[in-house]
Amino acid sequence: MNFEYAAAPESRSVVKIDPEYGHFINGKWVNGSSHFNSINPATEEVLSRIALGKAADVDAAVKAARNAFDKSWSKLSGRERGKYLFRIARIMQERAREFAVLETLDNGKPIRESRDVDVPLSAAHFFYHAGWADKLEYAGIDTTTAPHGVVGQIIPWNFPLLMLAWKVAPALATGNTVVLKPAETTSLTALLFAQVCQQAGLPDGVVNIVTGDGSTGSAIVNHPGIDKIAFTGSTEVGKLIARAVSPTNKSLTLELGGKGANIVFGDAAIDETVEGIVNGIFFNQGHVCCAGSRLILQESIADEVLEKLKRRMDKIRVGDPLDKNTDLGAINSAEQLAKIHELTAAGEAEGAGRWSPNCALPEKGFWFAPTIFTGVTQAHRIAREEIFGPVLSVLTFRTPAEAIEKANNTPFGLSAGIWSEKGSNILWASQQLRAGVIWANTFNKFDPASPFGGYKESGWGREGGRHGLSAYLKGSAK
Amino acid sequence: MSFYGLVDGSDASLRNYLKQLPGVDQVGAEARAAMLATRSIKTTSKAWAIDTAISMVDLTTLEGADTPGKVQALCAKAFRPDPTDSSVPRVGAVCVYNDMVGIARQHLDSIGAHELPVAAVSTAFPSGRASMAVKLQDTEDAIVAGAAEIDMVIDRGAFLSGRLIEVFEEIVAIREVCGDRAHLKVILETGELVTLDNVRKASYLAMLAGADFIKTSTGKVTPAATAPVVLVMLEAVRDFYDLTKVRIGVKPAGGIRTTKDAIKQLVLVNETAGPEWLNPSLFRIGASALLNDLLMQRMKMSDGYYASPNYVTID
Amino acid sequence: MSGRLEVMKTYKLYINGAFPRTESGRSYEITSNKGVFLANACLASRKDLRDAVVAARAAQPGWAKATAFNRGQIMYRIAEMLEGRSDQFAQEISLQTGASSKESLQEVSDSVDLLVWYAGWSDKLPSLAGSTNPVSGPYYNFTIPEPLGVVGAIATIDKPLLGFVAAIAPILVSGNTAVALASSSAPLSAISFAEVVATSDLPNGVLNILSGQQSELAPWFASHMDIDGLDISGLPSDQHGAVKEAGVENLKRISAFTKFSEPGRILAFLEAKTIWHPVGN
Repeated sequence: MNFEYAAAPESRSVVKIDPEYGHFINGKWVNGSSHFNSINPATEEVLSRIALGKAADVDAAVKAARNAFDKSWSKLSGRERGKYLFRIARIMQERAREFAVLETLDNGKPIRESRDVDVPLSAAHFFYHAGWADKLEYAGIDTTTAPHGVVGQIIPWNFPLLMLAWKVAPALATGNTVVLKPAETTSLTALLFAQVCQQAGLPDGVVNIVTGDGSTGSAIVNHPGIDKIAFTGSTEVGKLIARAVSPTNKSLTLELGGKGANIVFGDAAIDETVEGIVNGIFFNQGHVCCAGSRLILQESIADEVLEKLKRRMDKIRVGDPLDKNTDLGAINSAEQLAKIHELTAAGEAEGAGRWSPNCALPEKGFWFAPTIFTGVTQAHRIAREEIFGPVLSVLTFRTPAEAIEKANNTPFGLSAGIWSEKGSNILWASQQLRAGVIWANTFNKFDPASPFGGYKESGWGREGGRHGLSAYLKGSAK
Repeated sequence: MSFYGLVDGSDASLRNYLKQLPGVDQVGAEARAAMLATRSIKTTSKAWAIDTAISMVDLTTLEGADTPGKVQALCAKAFRPDPTDSSVPRVGAVCVYNDMVGIARQHLDSIGAHELPVAAVSTAFPSGRASMAVKLQDTEDAIVAGAAEIDMVIDRGAFLSGRLIEVFEEIVAIREVCGDRAHLKVILETGELVTLDNVRKASYLAMLAGADFIKTSTGKVTPAATAPVVLVMLEAVRDFYDLTKVRIGVKPAGGIRTTKDAIKQLVLVNETAGPEWLNPSLFRIGASALLNDLLMQRMKMSDGYYASPNYVTID
Repeated sequence: MSGRLEVMKTYKLYINGAFPRTESGRSYEITSNKGVFLANACLASRKDLRDAVVAARAAQPGWAKATAFNRGQIMYRIAEMLEGRSDQFAQEISLQTGASSKESLQEVSDSVDLLVWYAGWSDKLPSLAGSTNPVSGPYYNFTIPEPLGVVGAIATIDKPLLGFVAAIAPILVSGNTAVALASSSAPLSAISFAEVVATSDLPNGVLNILSGQQSELAPWFASHMDIDGLDISGLPSDQHGAVKEAGVENLKRISAFTKFSEPGRILAFLEAKTIWHPVGN
């Protein structure tokens, strides 16, 4: 007897999308001069037309941010700044369902994830940082309490609202004002956030949102009126930005790519480990910088784990992101889908063994079945390059030292996972791994109090926790 | 006895086998159970789930104050849960104390419910604190009186103090009394075992010793059938099938009061052990108040508006 | 005056989320600073204190196990509820102390802001009060702060609302539960504060509020073997010695503070637990 789940769609009626948007500058909506389509990647329907920010728009935003910094924001006590952030956090909680549905429509991620992870974490981020605003003098070693001034922030499309929260909350808490550019394919929750700023009574110009593409981002990076840049995105673009900023005095933090190693030892709790592997690479369709995209399995249990993994993957529900039972949603864009196809084709060409469960993919939209490649070695492209999709490369190891060696053998250093029931082993492996975030017997866990960021080419600086504050204070080490 | 060829009946063999089982990470298991609880079951799938849940209920009365009248009323309800609607399936079994088995069996037969089995809680239920002779006699009495199913309790004291072979041998002995006259459910009393590692070990121990079903609780102790516990037990029967090609059933009991609770159990089964377990011969729910909530939800699905307790019988 | 008779408020105790009268049946007069009758407040007995401690103890494990985020949210909500009742509390302060309306409203705003300040500490203090410690040897060694348990607070005499908030907020934020004794002469603000707390999702028993004579109850706070810590900022300094001596019996952690907002008020009621674990495979 088969238990088929009937369709359980979340209603779209909770959110209202305008046919066209401008920029949010100095507390008001400003018309854009030209626009581009933003589509729902699950259906390819056009959701809205988004303004393409030009140099003049960026300039207006920077001026508004500077004015707000000089005239209002820097005049406020930390206590008062904090109260604005508390208001923003509250309003985000109140409008949580609206944000979740909008994020799913714009990004393609399952509603369960935007409802249970993205939106609550985003509100929590504002709540956490609100409490720092009037406590900066306690924040730690060698930290001054002076903000930079105007910060330019460029965020990616994989967690649009959450990445906005990670950027805006600490910036405001420390007394900076902001010019933020959301990703080209996912601007809508940032634009809804502008409404929240208005409802919270945030002084004009403290937060400015300029939508657009790479050229808009470039205008921000190069604007002389900006004191600090914060970027999350690919390592490739991160390096471009770093080069552009090098001859200037601008401060820069980067959160870039990764090729996270998920190491499974023979003594791991197998069922929970399989869940952790699935979560590590299929959460958010694998569009996660810290994804556990390399499974490094102890040879002695490899067969058992792979069999259980395949059986578990058979249960992954791919489909309408607005359906509450969907586990794996749409790939964010045609461009990204093409990249995933390219690399998986390379994986096959290089001789790795490809497997996916049988799943019917919808006709319209951008879709990719969850996929594993076995027999992968470090030399394979699919072991070195970030795929940023629901594709897992599986390697094996014999000894703990070999596992660490393989895990560290990458220019990236963002995340790693360790699965073992032995405490001393976990602590030993954590000490050896060159990664900024290490998850032991869990994966993809985030919290505003927990610093996040990478070693090596995965970036500069940390976000969240006490460590994340220092990036936004002048005179600090990073 | 062959014990599936996995242990040889000795203490050493049993210890070694249980020791090599992989551990359970509590936080991870709870997270998986919580995620499965978010499944949204609507319309046709909900209607199917409600009827399936009804057919899996072991309708239970286990009170010191039970009387023949109470048991007979329970039996009538078990056979015809809704007197105004004959499309409602009958429940999986009636579950009573040993000395009520005869009354239950007679009454069920007198109303034509020959196919509805009586399950007896034997072996000095719920504590199990009695001599082996008493427990064996308890079981025999129940079967002779007409019980087709025996729900026994394991010796938790022996388990927690590491005398695993004693727990094992008791189950083997009761299984022998049952023979092919009755199927055996082994109650682990997971609330007293506390850790999920213990739940896994006890599940395997019971299956190796000959259980037809592993059952979470007596219903007299909380916590009883929590989602992570049922998850671990479903993983155990799934893995046991891989090893032996034999399917063992699972019965959560205690704390499952609403339709929502019951549907969550079915989702757990569906996505852990698999759809082969979604029938009363491999999954039962020990409950009493649950049945009326299932009936009210069933009414709402067919009528389209919320039901009231006035429209379901109390027994 | 319209000639309409006002319904006067009964000021009761707040124990375990309920509003009982004192078991002793006693009351005492609260008058304004000019001697005008305001209300009969409960004159709490040592038995009320005993009951409050039982409630606080029962509530403590759950409160400590709540996430820091959750505690911060609840304390922020207490601030929300107080903000909404600014006029009520300002009037009450003016009646008791004779302060002007402007001064009283300022005290209420300061109290709200102080609650917000302490609420923001809940998920930050462990990052500052805890540490990883570089011991010599293959061990991972870390120190985590933990709440003491049940803490008693004897609130300051001046600033009837602000002094009370300054006493209880730092106790609660880290996971302690509290039994608070209001200022003897001006207890109405503290007692009314129970109404704010009761609408804030704070679990029953986490905060308990008594009104009565500090001189009668202080020795019972001091000697109670199931109270782990005491804030005696509200007691005259000549009484501190006796309280400290009585507290020695179960080594209570006893402190008095002068500033309303200082992290030290939180730290005073924390323990530090250090854990070692070998590193290796």
